[in-house]
Amino acid sequence: MQVTSSVRQPLVTGGKTYHDVTHDVSRQVEGKPSLAWFLAFLTAAGVLALGAIALVATLWEGIGMWGLNKTIGWAWDITNFVWWVGIGHAGTLISAVLLLFRQKWRTSINRAAEAMTIFAVICAAMFPVIHMGRPWIGAYWALPLPNTFGSLWVNFNSPLLWDVFAISTYFSVSLVFWYIGLIPDFATIRDRATGLRKTIYGALSFGWDGAAKTWMRYESVSLILAGLATPLVLSVHTIVSFDFATSVIPGWHTTIFPPYFVAGAIFSGFAMVLTLMIITRKVFKLEDYITMGHIELMNIVIIITGSIVGIAYITEFFIAWYSGVEAEQYAFINRATGPYWWAYWSMMTCNVISPQLFWIKKIRTSIVATFILSLVVNIGMWFERFVIIVTSLHRDFLPSSWAMFYPTWADVGVYLFTFGLFFTLFFLFAKFFPVINMAEVKSVLKSSSEKAAN
Amino acid sequence: MERDTHFVLGVYEDEDVLMNAVKQVRSSGVKIHEVYSPYPVHGLEHALGYKRSRLPIAAFLFGMLGTSLALTMQFYMMKFDWPMIIGGKDFAAFPDFIPVSFEMTVLLAAFGMVGVFMVSSNLKPWAQPRIFDLRITDDKHVMAIDLAVNSGMDEEKIKEILSSSGASEVNNKSFDE
Repeated sequence: MQVTSSVRQPLVTGGKTYHDVTHDVSRQVEGKPSLAWFLAFLTAAGVLALGAIALVATLWEGIGMWGLNKTIGWAWDITNFVWWVGIGHAGTLISAVLLLFRQKWRTSINRAAEAMTIFAVICAAMFPVIHMGRPWIGAYWALPLPNTFGSLWVNFNSPLLWDVFAISTYFSVSLVFWYIGLIPDFATIRDRATGLRKTIYGALSFGWDGAAKTWMRYESVSLILAGLATPLVLSVHTIVSFDFATSVIPGWHTTIFPPYFVAGAIFSGFAMVLTLMIITRKVFKLEDYITMGHIELMNIVIIITGSIVGIAYITEFFIAWYSGVEAEQYAFINRATGPYWWAYWSMMTCNVISPQLFWIKKIRTSIVATFILSLVVNIGMWFERFVIIVTSLHRDFLPSSWAMFYPTWADVGVYLFTFGLFFTLFFLFAKFFPVINMAEVKSVLKSSSEKAAN
Repeated sequence: MERDTHFVLGVYEDEDVLMNAVKQVRSSGVKIHEVYSPYPVHGLEHALGYKRSRLPIAAFLFGMLGTSLALTMQFYMMKFDWPMIIGGKDFAAFPDFIPVSFEMTVLLAAFGMVGVFMVSSNLKPWAQPRIFDLRITDDKHVMAIDLAVNSGMDEEKIKEILSSSGASEVNNKSFDE
C-alpha cells in the first residue's frame, strides 16, 4: 500500500474530476487549431523548407559542402548529432527511471517528453547518416548485411557500429513504449468521436476496451519496458561517448566520458522538456496539470545534473594535469585559452554557472527565468559538444596540420533543417495526439489532487 | 457464435467502491465477466482473482534469444567467416561484443513482450472491441455480468446485488454477433 503524505503538494490543481481530465486534454485534439498553433506550425514548416535546401545541396554535391577539412573531419554534424541525442534522453528517463522510482509527478509530463525524445532521436540520426556521404548505400556500411565482397562484414570492434545498434534500439524501444501508453488515450478520443475521427482513432487505439485483464497486462508491460529502458537510456549516451573515449585523440581519450555524457544528456534533455512544456501548458491552458511543482522539480534535476557536469569539466582538467601527459595537458589548456576560448567559456558560463541560479527559490519558481535558463542550458550543451569535438581536433599532432573550422551555409542549413523537423513533428503531435497521459493522470487523481487533500 | 449475448452492467463512480463491490459480488456467488476501467486500478486483478501475468517470462525468453543471436552473429562474422586483424585485437574480442549484445537483448525483449501482449489482449488496428459503455474510457468503471454464465440466478437478483454493492446505475446491454 502506498501512503502519500498530506504535506505533499497536489499533482493536479483546480479540483479536477475524471471527466475534466478527459475533457481538458481531448478538446485540444477535437477542436479547430488555434491561430497561435497555425503560426507556430507554419514557422516550423518554413524553417524545415528552408533547411531542406541545404540538405538537398549536401546530398547532391556531397559533404564537401560543409566546412570540414583534413584536420577537422568532425565538426557541426557530429556536434549536432550528440546534442540532439542528448536532448532525446529526458523522455525515456522521465517515463522509465521515474516510473521505477515511483515518482508520480511524471504522469502529466511523460507523454510530451517521450514524443520529444523520439523526434530528437530522428534529428540526431540524420547527421551520421548524411555524413556517410552516400546514405543510399549506407546500409551496407552500418548494418551486418551480406554483400558482394564475400561477405565483408561490418566491424563489431568499432564504437561507431555500437552506436548504430544503440541508437536504433533506443529509438524503436522508445517508440513502442510511447505508443503503448497512447493506446488507452486514443480509445478515450475514439469513444467521444463520431464519423471519420472515430474510424481513425479507433484504428490507432487497436481495439482497446479497458478490461481489467488488459490493464493488468498493460501495467506489467509498462513495468518491464521501464526496467529495460532504464539501462538502455544509460547505455545510449555511454556508447555515444565511446565514439570519442575509445580513440587516442588527446581530449577525447578520457575514462570519465560515459557518466559525464549521461549527466549532460539528462541536463540538456530536461532543459528542452522545460522549454517545450512551458509553451505547451500556456498555449493549451494546461496549467492545472503541468504545475509550478512540476517545473520546480525539473529545475532541481537541472541543478543536480548541471553540477555533475561542472564537476566533470573540472575533473577532466585536473586529470589532464595529473596524468603528466604533455599532449593531454596541452589539449585542455588550449581549450580554455586557445583560439576557441570563447566556445569554452560559453560552455562554462551556460552549463556550470547558470543552473546554479536555480538554488534560489524565486528563480526556480519563475516561469520566465526557467524558460530563459532552459534555452541557455541548451546553448551551453551545444558548445560543450563543439568544444569537445572541434578543439580536440584543430591542433593536430603536426603543427603544419593545424587548422580552424569555419561553418558554411550548408552546415547552418542542415542544422536548421533538423530544428524545422523537430518543431514541425512536435506541433503535429501536440495537435493530433493527447499531450497528457489521461489514463495515468486519472490513476493518481484520487490520491494527489486538491480534492483529495480537502 | 450465432447467439445474442446479454449482460447486466453495474456502473461505479469510485475505484474504492468498485473494489469492495467486486469482493461483495463475488462472495454472493455471481460470476463477473469482466470489469472495465478508464485507468489501471491497483489490486483489482487480485480482487477479481486473476493469475499474475506471464508477460515478464516472455520478455525474459525473448531477451535470452536476443543475447544468443547477437553473440552468435558476432562470433561467426568476426572469428569464423572473415577474421581480420583490427588494432591487434583477438578475432573473438568478447568485451567488444558486449554493447551490441546488450542492445539486441533489450530490442528483442521489448518487441517480443509487446508482441505477445498485443496478441494475448487482441490489440490490433482492425479489432472491433465490445464497448459496454462509452464512459468506460472517460470516468466510469463498469462491471459486466454475463447472464448466460449466471443462468442459475435470477436477473433481478443480480441487479439487486449490484445496486446494493454501490453501483450508481444498473443497466442491460446486449450484443448480437
